[in-house]
Amino acid sequence: MSLLEKFAPLNKMRTDLLEYGSLPFGVVTERIISPTIGIVHGRETILAGSNNYLGLTFEPSCIEAAKAALDAEGTGTTGSRMANGTYSTHHALEQELAAFFDRQHALVFTTGFLATMGMVSTLAGRDDVLLIDADSHASIYDGCRLGGAEIIRFRHNDPADLEKRLRRLGERSANTLVVAEGLYSMLGDQPPLEAIVDIKDRYGACLLLDEAHSMGVFGAHGRGLAEALDLEDRVEFVVGTFSKSLGSVGGFCVSNLPELDLIRMAARSYIFTASPAPSVVASTREALKLIATRPELRERLWRNANQLYSGLQESGFQVGPQPSPVVAVFVDQAELAIEWWHQLLDNGIYVNLVIPPATPSTSCLLRCSMSAAHTTEQVNKIVSSFADLRSENRVAGSAV
Amino acid sequence: MATYAECLTIVREVLGEYLEPGQTAGENDALVADLGLSSLQMLELVVEIEDQLDISLPLNQLPDVRTVHEFAQMLESVAGGAQP
Ligand SMILES: Cc1ncc(COP(=O)(O)O)c(C=O)c1O
Repeated sequence: MSLLEKFAPLNKMRTDLLEYGSLPFGVVTERIISPTIGIVHGRETILAGSNNYLGLTFEPSCIEAAKAALDAEGTGTTGSRMANGTYSTHHALEQELAAFFDRQHALVFTTGFLATMGMVSTLAGRDDVLLIDADSHASIYDGCRLGGAEIIRFRHNDPADLEKRLRRLGERSANTLVVAEGLYSMLGDQPPLEAIVDIKDRYGACLLLDEAHSMGVFGAHGRGLAEALDLEDRVEFVVGTFSKSLGSVGGFCVSNLPELDLIRMAARSYIFTASPAPSVVASTREALKLIATRPELRERLWRNANQLYSGLQESGFQVGPQPSPVVAVFVDQAELAIEWWHQLLDNGIYVNLVIPPATPSTSCLLRCSMSAAHTTEQVNKIVSSFADLRSENRVAGSAV
Repeated sequence: MATYAECLTIVREVLGEYLEPGQTAGENDALVADLGLSSLQMLELVVEIEDQLDISLPLNQLPDVRTVHEFAQMLESVAGGAQP
């Protein structure tokens, strides 16, 4: 069966990884106890790789809302937003999202992946150009492939390279969608958004900003990086997810452009999939209220993020370029990264192991993500468990 | 505007920086299979050539490029006529 031969390298990778004990991908949380604690391999474990930025997954008001929706609206919609899958609550969530972002229009998708992929592929068609950051998320890359537009990458977070490429496009720059993210999920770095916005305006291009990891994290109201930098009026489309700071699952796009409403009839990932379950919509609506009304969650998140970033840096690890709720530790050798990942887990700490090509360089990453729900003691334990790795191995974590 | 020969020269020149001392790139060599370029090196190679020719290479076309010859051919198609 030569059809399946292409999976042989994956099988080898899995076999190699299993030699270290258990598989570091798809770890089973035997029991989830709170936003920051789960039982893994029979042991109580601090969850430090979960994207649960505001720690809202067990928020009583969100759980109550979801339970009430289950009773009132059932377990699922069994249909597309385009057909039978738009309930009054989907509609209400869209209105609340538009109000939250202070935009005219909002569209709710079933996941963030589908939102980003659908918007990118639908906005840029055959004669258009997509100009994307080279370190873009898979949902952006996949959206690019689907739409049939010309795809050009600019160097990660490099406005000069973006400008060069817009200039090279000549008149076609007006048919160009520039795509960037509000917080890059692997290294926790932010884009130079003001420079990017200035340049795309100068060339008459449009910008789509994926605030998947930055919503709830930046801005006085938690609307993301565009709000924090006072650039919202100049960002045409914002996409995001409910699966991180909002603690549920789903995705959205907001814009002031009326064409967003027409995308309901054009985006295949909106049309050809069932709409989010009512319970998911209900908890998301509740969490959206909390993002706006409880800025102390953001303060706690940042306090934890800064504590972890400086703690790991002081322990001698090479971390990402700036403090953020995503703290990535670079480890040059894959073997060492995998060993360290297992030692951390044995010590009751779960982080994400990321190996190339999913990383932006040839290094592996031990990627930590912080939550407002982590306690100071938990952050201290994460830092000391990392520090123990170095004293046990006496091998440097190393450089990019 | 750049001819095929000019594009080939540029590819071979820039490629030289990525090869072992003494190793040269033949026109029919495959970039990954014969010359041993990693995917990250491929990316850097593309960016450097883009800057030299002041063009952007569409990602859509890159998967079709396997050999030095195919790379030069693709460059010619982008840098050859498309420029004003
Ligand atoms: C930048 C970016 N966009 C989109 C997504 C997809 O989000 P979801 O989990 O809702 O599918 C992610 C999640 O990993 C992401 O990092």
